[in-house]
This record gives sequence, C-alpha cells and structure tokens, in this order.
Amino acid sequence: MSMTLFLILCLNGVQYGMLLFLIAAGLTLVFGVMGFINLAHGVQYMVGAYLAFFFVQLTGSFFLAVVLSLGAALIIGLLLEYFIFRHLYTRTHLDQVLATFGIIIFLNELAKVLFGPATLSLSPPELLSGSIQLTETLRYPVYRLVTIFIGLAVAVGLFFAVSYTRVGMLIRAGATTPEMVSALGVNIQQLFMIVFGVGAMLAGFAGVIAAPIFAVEPGMGDNILIVAFVVIIIGGVGSIGGAFVAALLVGLIDTLGRSLATMVLSAVFNPSFASQIGPALASMLIYILMAAILVFRPKGLLPAKGANA
Amino acid sequence: MLEIQNLNKSFGALAVSQDISIEIGAGQCHALIGPNGAGKTTLIHQISGVLQADSGAVLLDGQDITRLSVWQRVQAGLGRTFQLTSVLPSFSVLENMAIAAQAKRGSSMRFFRAAAQERALNTIAHATAERVGLSARTDVLASDLSHGELRLLELGIALAAKPKFLLLDEPMAGLGRTESAALITLLADLRGSLPMLLVEHDMDAIFQLADSVSVLVDGKVIARGTPDAVRAAPGARAAYLGEGAA
Amino acid sequence: MDRPLILAAFIFALLLALPLLLPLFGAAYLTGLIIKAMLLAIAAISLDLLIGHGGMVSLGHAAFVGVGAYAAAIGLESGIEDILVLLLITLAVTGLVALVTGTLALRTSGVYLLMITLAFGQMIYFTLTSLAAYGGDDGLTLWNLATLFGSDVVQNGAGLYYVVLGTLLMVWWFVHRLSRARFGRVLRAARDNPQRAEVMGFAVKRYQLAAYVIAALIAGVSGLLTVQYAEFVSPALATWQRSGDLIVVVVLGGLASRNGAILGAFFIVIVEEVLGSFLHEWRLIYGPLLVLMVLFAKGGLSDLFAPRGTRRSAH
Repeated sequence: MSMTLFLILCLNGVQYGMLLFLIAAGLTLVFGVMGFINLAHGVQYMVGAYLAFFFVQLTGSFFLAVVLSLGAALIIGLLLEYFIFRHLYTRTHLDQVLATFGIIIFLNELAKVLFGPATLSLSPPELLSGSIQLTETLRYPVYRLVTIFIGLAVAVGLFFAVSYTRVGMLIRAGATTPEMVSALGVNIQQLFMIVFGVGAMLAGFAGVIAAPIFAVEPGMGDNILIVAFVVIIIGGVGSIGGAFVAALLVGLIDTLGRSLATMVLSAVFNPSFASQIGPALASMLIYILMAAILVFRPKGLLPAKGANA
Repeated sequence: MLEIQNLNKSFGALAVSQDISIEIGAGQCHALIGPNGAGKTTLIHQISGVLQADSGAVLLDGQDITRLSVWQRVQAGLGRTFQLTSVLPSFSVLENMAIAAQAKRGSSMRFFRAAAQERALNTIAHATAERVGLSARTDVLASDLSHGELRLLELGIALAAKPKFLLLDEPMAGLGRTESAALITLLADLRGSLPMLLVEHDMDAIFQLADSVSVLVDGKVIARGTPDAVRAAPGARAAYLGEGAA
Repeated sequence: MDRPLILAAFIFALLLALPLLLPLFGAAYLTGLIIKAMLLAIAAISLDLLIGHGGMVSLGHAAFVGVGAYAAAIGLESGIEDILVLLLITLAVTGLVALVTGTLALRTSGVYLLMITLAFGQMIYFTLTSLAAYGGDDGLTLWNLATLFGSDVVQNGAGLYYVVLGTLLMVWWFVHRLSRARFGRVLRAARDNPQRAEVMGFAVKRYQLAAYVIAALIAGVSGLLTVQYAEFVSPALATWQRSGDLIVVVVLGGLASRNGAILGAFFIVIVEEVLGSFLHEWRLIYGPLLVLMVLFAKGGLSDLFAPRGTRRSAH
C-alpha cells in the first residue's frame, strides 16, 4: 500500500478520534462529576445531526445552522436535565439506565417519524468543500481537516477551562471527592446543570459536524455511544486528558484496522480466510484494546486523580 | 498463635510500618495502641490481607499467610471485626452468622439444597447468637438493628466462623458505657479460648482485657509490656493519652 | 407453600392449560405470541440472576442469546440436527464466551461493569454481523430445524410450545433452587456487601463469575429455542437494545423475582402488540412510559405483581 493511502487513513483516524472526543468528554464529565450514567448521551449526538440538517434546510446557510443547532442542542439538553435527569442523580444506576433507555427509544422513534427512516445526507458548506493539496501526492478534504482543527481547539479550550477556571476546579474536585464540593457550599444543582449543558452541547456539536461526513439516520447515536464508553474506560473515567488520548487511540486503531486488517492477515494466511476473518477482527480491535487496558491498567490510561474504580 | 515478623510497609517516602514484630501466644490478648496516624490501620490491613507488606512475614498458627489474599486468610483461621460496622443488611441476624459459618464448612458452590435448612449451620448460628446475646433477635433483618446490636452482630459474624485468632478493630467504637462494659465482659469470657489482637482507644477495655500491650508511634513499636509496665513508660504515656508522638 | 410458589404454580398451570382452553393451535398468531413471551422470560430470569440476586447490572446480556442462537444455527447448517446435541454445542460455546468476557468484565464492578458488559456485548454483535457465511448483517433463514431423536415433534405447534414451556419451568425451578442454596446466599452477600463477604472467607469474584456463566448459559438456551421458533437467526438478537429490553422486563417484574420476570415478559410482549396494533410508532409512547415509570412509580410496576414484602432493592 502506498504511503499516501496510509496518511489519509491516519488523518481519517484522527478525525474520527476528534469526534469521539467531543462525545466522550461530555460523557466522562457527567459521569465523573455526578456519578450519572447517561445512555441518552449518544442520542444527543443524533439530535445534533438532525438539527443541523433541519436548520440547513430552513436557512440555507451551513454556518447559521451550526449556531442555531448548538443553541437548540443546549436547550434540549437543559430541558432534559430539568425535567428528567435532575430527579435521577440520587437514584441507582439501574434506574438511570432505564430512564435514559426510555429517552433513547423515544428520540430515535421521533427522528424516524419527523424525518423518515431513510438515511439523509448533508453536503459540507461551499466554503469548506473541495480538497487541499497537503503533500505532492496527498489531497485531503478541507471539511475533514477543519473538523480535526475544531476538535483540537475544543480539546484545548476544555483543558484550560477544566484546569484554570473556577467551574473547572469544582468539576475536578467533584470528580474526585464529591463531598468536598458540597462542603464548599457550592450550588451543586447549578454546577450539575452547567456540566450537563456543556456535555449535551458537545455531543450535539459532534453530531452537527459529523452530519456532512457520516450518514444522518435514526439510531446513529447508539453505536457511537458504546464506542464513547470504550473511550472513557480506556482513558480513565472522569478524565478529560484520558478521554482525549483514548479517543485518538480508538479513532486511529478502528480506522486503520478496518482498512488494513484484511491486508495484514492475507500476508500470513490465504486470502479467502483473511477476507473472512479480517472484518470481524477489525471490528473487535477496540474492544480487545479495552480488555487489555482492563487487565493491565484497570483504572484507565490517565485516571482522574483519586478516582476510585 | 499469631506472629508478626519484621513487617515493613511504605507508601513512597512515607514508612508506615517499620520493622514491626509482635508475637501473640495461645490464650493471649494483646492490645495495640497509638495516636491517630501511627499506622494501626495499615498494620491491620497487612494482617488481614487488604494490603501486602513490603517485607517481613505474618504467621498464623505456624502457617505463613503473608502472601495470601483476604479470603484465604479467613479460611486459614483469621477472624476480624471492622471499626465501621460491616454486616449484610438484607440478611437476618441468624443468616448473617449462618453464612459466616457456611464459609468455613464445605464448598459453597452448591446449587440445590436450601442453605437455610442446613441444620449444622443453623446450630452454630444459634449458639453464636446466644453467645453474643442476640438470641432474641435472630429473625430481625440486620438493617433494622440498633448500633449496639450491630456491634454484637459484627462480633458474632467473626465468631461463627470459629476462627483460630481474632483481630478486633476498635470493637467499642460508638458504644455507650453500659454497652461497652457488657462487650468487655463478653470478650473477657472469650479470651482464654481465643487469642486476639485488640486495637482500641478505650483504656478501660485495655486494662481489663489485655495481657500485653504494644505502643505504635510513627510506624514503630516504641514500647511493649504488660499494661501496667507500659502505663509507666514515659513515651508510651504520651501516645496512649492521645497527646501525639513523644 | 409460600406465595411465590403459589403464584408460580398458577402461572405454569395456566400456561400448561392454555392450548387446551383455547382452540389455540388454530390461532398460530397467539401461540407465537406466548412462545415469544416465554422465550423472553427465560432470558429475563437469567438476567435477573445477575441483577436481582447478584447486584451485577449487565447491559450486554442479549449477546449471549445471540451467541446461543448462532451456535445452534451453525450447528444446524453443518448438518447436526438432534436438539440435544445442539444444546450441548450451544452450552459449550456460550459458556466459553461468558467465561472469557466475564473474567475480564468482573475485574470491575458497579457502573464500570455495566459499561464493559455493554462494550463486550457490542463486540459480540459485530462479530456476528461479520459472519458472512451465515448471512452477515441480514441473518440466515434455516431450512432445516432441529429434531428430537429423529422426530420433528419439537419443530412447531404443540410440540414446540411444550418444549419452550418445559424449558421455562426447568429454568424457573433451577434458579429458584440456586437462589436459596449456598451459592445464592453467597451471591446475595456479595451484592449486599462484597467486602464483608470476602472477609467471611468467600472468593467473591469466583461466585460472581459462576453466576455470570450460568446466566449466559440460560440465555444461550433461550437463543437455541429462538432459532427453533423463528426458523431464522440474525445479529438483531444480540443488539444492545435487546439487552436494554431485558433489563426493562427484569425491573418491570421486580428484582430477584422469577414470577416477576415471567409477568414482565408477558406484559412487554402484550404492550408491544397492543400499542403496536393501533399505533405504528408505538415507541413514542413506550419510551416516555419507561421514563415516567422510573420517575413516579418508585417500585416499578412490579408492585402490582409481586407479593407484598418480597421485593428487595438490588443495592
């Protein structure tokens, strides 16, 4: 295989990793700070994608649609928090699973009813369509490149927010010693709402920027939710840095694995066997990685300090 | 019966156990005292298996248990109570003790016979309930017991397993004066037949129960001897009166 | 006799008599519905062993139904037709998969266990979709079904109905005995207070792993029978939404209650049929119903079913 193809695959992997990071960051914070297991996080990603589709249809402008979608994703997230999640923080994880499972069922069906069961596609904005010459032989779509930079920017922003702001300090404290935060007399309700809103917006944002790359369809959030869980297990629950490293790792391994597994296998085995086993192995890679992490570093690569597994 | 030989444990630069050796013979009650942060809990963890010692050995009835896991040490005959009550809340008082007995009597990978109808286990549980004074409360759920009763159940769970040696982590914690006195009498009755290591702040308990005392300060045993002898030692005095390290 | 036994006797007597009471086998539709509910109940009872008795919330349990179903289907495709041989294959394969994933997953507990079982479930799902020789994503229609000593009595109609009912009864009885035996007692102790159970001298993880494998085996059997009933196998059996449905059934029926699991299964199947019959988008009602149930009916609908005082929380 050529170097160019390999580089493209790596870029795709990084781009997928960035998307995973946007989703996993919210998930890990919500779980780390509130101990809340939100299965509906993935469906918020789907909501983001449908919002983008809807607002592009409505306004005709991709950039306007991004802004409107973000606002709408935030509002939907806050409404869910106010009416449902808020009442579940002190409940058992089983209750949380059931309620958020109900939300998934509802929103997936709603998407089907409003937009139809078929796959929708959204083209990237005019300005970002086309591709760019990176090296002599390598051209890469501008839109994908931009999403990588946006992901990086969000990561940097989040990192600074969590490291240096007051809310960030409380989030870190909450992820390690929740008793301390309430002892400080902080309005926990408000902190939770902020964390939840940010998480919902990040997931929605991931959905928005994913819309022109992947298919927009009901249930699109379900699989990515599970991959996001894998990411936070690998990275260490409650840890933004861990989520970032793990998201990149998972993005790269998954993308490269899917393209290369069959090829690598056929170097050793006969081609028909390789082409049978290859795809299966490729889809298992990230779970094998997760299992390995569980064996050797049960708390993840970069666990939030003091987090107890 | 229990021998602790040259035990060392450190967390990074902090040495929490330094060359600790304690030997407790059959029928002996040995007390361990020291200020908070002296390393008592870490020592208990190394005896019970929650933590592994860096070096040194723990011997129970001649058997080296230093590298065994928590449950293996219990199987080897170590019984313990917790400072913070730890029972099975949704089990009845009787069942709490019956399951403790079950652990030591045959495999529990049994899938058909109803455990509640195993007479051997129930007999032990009833006898133990009698012993700790809970026989009127055997059918009550543990979650419905008072604090004092929970402390008794805690002891009952340890006794039902018929241990060779008993590790008591602040058994008097949170008890009122009368309850303490009753528990001391109970432990005094046990003392002759069951050797024990008693970690306690309650000086009354120590003077009534202990045959010998070790004083632990900053991870080191700084004094040992009979309660009276230790009471006279100047460094130890500061320690067990809770005035910090001497 | 205690109340759960009386209720169980009533349920099973009813299920036994239904084919006689109604001209049921004329109405293949109703038979199918009841078989479907019984298959769901078998899987739910096995999951309840984990959640209700063991306090281990698995969100990947349907994967074992899928593994069992595929083991049976692949056996059938390879020319093995006797249902007892297929049963052995199903048990061996499901048990092995559960042993490996369970050993890894049980290095953690609580919500981590939930996430990891979810991830392993998804891994199994994707593995099933990649079995190109057996239909991949689309699944596989089976032209040959299992026989019992060469007889086709276990293939449809009354024969199949009673095989499924008999299996349900056996699973009910086995889990009932197991939950009251030494093993079940240790499992409950580990749910209540794992640290204490360990200090009582139990190798807690071993018991939890054993429960995990047993639950998977039962789920696998439900997979085998599902193949026999549906004459079709597909990865859809192993999706995580199916695992979620199983949790709904377990919680709806009441934790640590086998009767509850059966009633929950029938309730879900009936609700799906009834809601689905007048509203194609019945999930728009079902989803919020779950949310409302959690928010407002604290004990779940199980309170309506379970005898008073038998219901216990898992945590």
